[in-house]
Amino acid sequence: MSQTQLSSPSSTAPKGDDLTTLTDIEDIGPLPQQASRIWIIRLLSVVFVIGAWEVLGRQVDPLFMSFPSAIAISAARLVSTGELFTALASSLQSLILAFIIASVAGISLGLLIGRYKSVEAATDWLVNALYATPLVAIIPLVILWFGLGNGAKLFIVTILAVFPILINTIAGVRNVPPQLIELGNAFAANEREIFTKIILPSALPYMMTGLRLGIGRAIIGMVVAEFFTAITGLGALIVKYGNQYDTATMFVPIFVLMLLGVTLSIAVRRAEQWIAPWRYTEE
Amino acid sequence: MTRSIKLSVDDVSKTFRVRGGRYTEDHLLPVLRHISFDVQEGEIVSLIGESGCGKTTLLRIVQGLVRLDRGEIRVDGKSVTGPGRDRGFVFQQATLLPWRTARANVEFGLELQGMPASQRHKKAQELLELVGLGAAGEQFPHQLSGGMQQRVGLARALAIDPSILLMDEPFSALDAQTREILQRELLRIQHETGKTILFVTHDLDEAIYLSNRVIVLGAKPGRIKKIIDIPFGPNRPELPEMRGDMAFQAIRSEMWELIRNTHAAAA
Repeated sequence: MSQTQLSSPSSTAPKGDDLTTLTDIEDIGPLPQQASRIWIIRLLSVVFVIGAWEVLGRQVDPLFMSFPSAIAISAARLVSTGELFTALASSLQSLILAFIIASVAGISLGLLIGRYKSVEAATDWLVNALYATPLVAIIPLVILWFGLGNGAKLFIVTILAVFPILINTIAGVRNVPPQLIELGNAFAANEREIFTKIILPSALPYMMTGLRLGIGRAIIGMVVAEFFTAITGLGALIVKYGNQYDTATMFVPIFVLMLLGVTLSIAVRRAEQWIAPWRYTEE
Repeated sequence: MTRSIKLSVDDVSKTFRVRGGRYTEDHLLPVLRHISFDVQEGEIVSLIGESGCGKTTLLRIVQGLVRLDRGEIRVDGKSVTGPGRDRGFVFQQATLLPWRTARANVEFGLELQGMPASQRHKKAQELLELVGLGAAGEQFPHQLSGGMQQRVGLARALAIDPSILLMDEPFSALDAQTREILQRELLRIQHETGKTILFVTHDLDEAIYLSNRVIVLGAKPGRIKKIIDIPFGPNRPELPEMRGDMAFQAIRSEMWELIRNTHAAAA
């Protein structure tokens, strides 16, 4: 039997050692009619929950609970007065700035701690202690330091977001497969080359996971900070209308926060898939 | 025709210390004792022996990944003091960088050599074609089968144009059919490039089929039991055919006896 004959049976197998199979191994996914069925169920569920809320919500004292149509009317009012956009812009501004600070600090510190045993020994107790502390507990202190302005908000959001980013970056550096480091050694790569060509790309998916978890914590930090300072942003809006017993209007910034959380998580997840596609297509 | 000596292993010994153990007799694990042999240009030499005979350790010493206790390794007459790109290494698992395409993986060593990008791409493409993956350059490792991944690993090692290729049981993780295909391919590639190869395996048939010489190692401590010349020339038949050959069977049973004896002595 010749070489080519030997290899031909594998061309029908999905993972054969033959190039002609490459186009045959696309992921097929669920069949189209199944996919549309799932979306119909999902849509019915949405309609049912909102409908039930509308009906049941009307039975309750509007002080304690509102219902969708009332919230929509309040939303239209908040949009038309521009109050919602002012608050959203203020929140987003500090959220994004603080998140960038947290990302840069978390990733660079995480790379150092993960790579160098001495840096780890000097900092691991502090990182673990701070990560375990519910950091909202220090907000009164932060307000003493920074006052009620943007400084306090930035600080709180940064410190809440930085730890998941830091911890995941450290894990990423630690979890570089030893065989890949060995590959670098075998090919006589120096320390810097091993770092940039092996450790950094290998840790990248972990960093992205850290960013995704960090953005969730950043949003929590932002709202809590705005509750305390209660001057600007979506959190302040919630406090303001809560104090006025206007429950329907209070729900509007809550929904905006929900949308913000979902949008940002999807954005970071997309970025994860784009940056580290091999992590998502492997079995 | 006299051929130059590419690799010289000169009286190499290595002892491991049990993790956390003291430097006393019962905590020391001698893995290699007084190993000496030469590999000539264009030769394929296999190291064979049961697991624990130190064949992989010996290969890693030659690559410079493990320090030797005594003796000397010379590549092209130059003493080896650590890893170097005069030796190309092919791992048991393909060990490709998952974030790089096949082509970029082949370029890995070339990047470290500081070759300009355009030259790198061209060279990587040539090597992918040599290993039969000319059309798969933009595929990522997870999109390739085990056999194709190992071909990329081979191309990566060949790309840096090493004096000697070191292969650590490169086909042992593959299914039987793919393994035979790749063994055949390795002979073809060696024929085309004239590379010198030191090959570690525990598969007797593979050792005989691929090699000009087979070094049989005994275990505990690892030492050379015998160096066997393989009489088959460059136009050797394929392995299934070869298995029916009387000379093949004689060598195979001799090797089997040598390995089994060590085993009995150690048990």
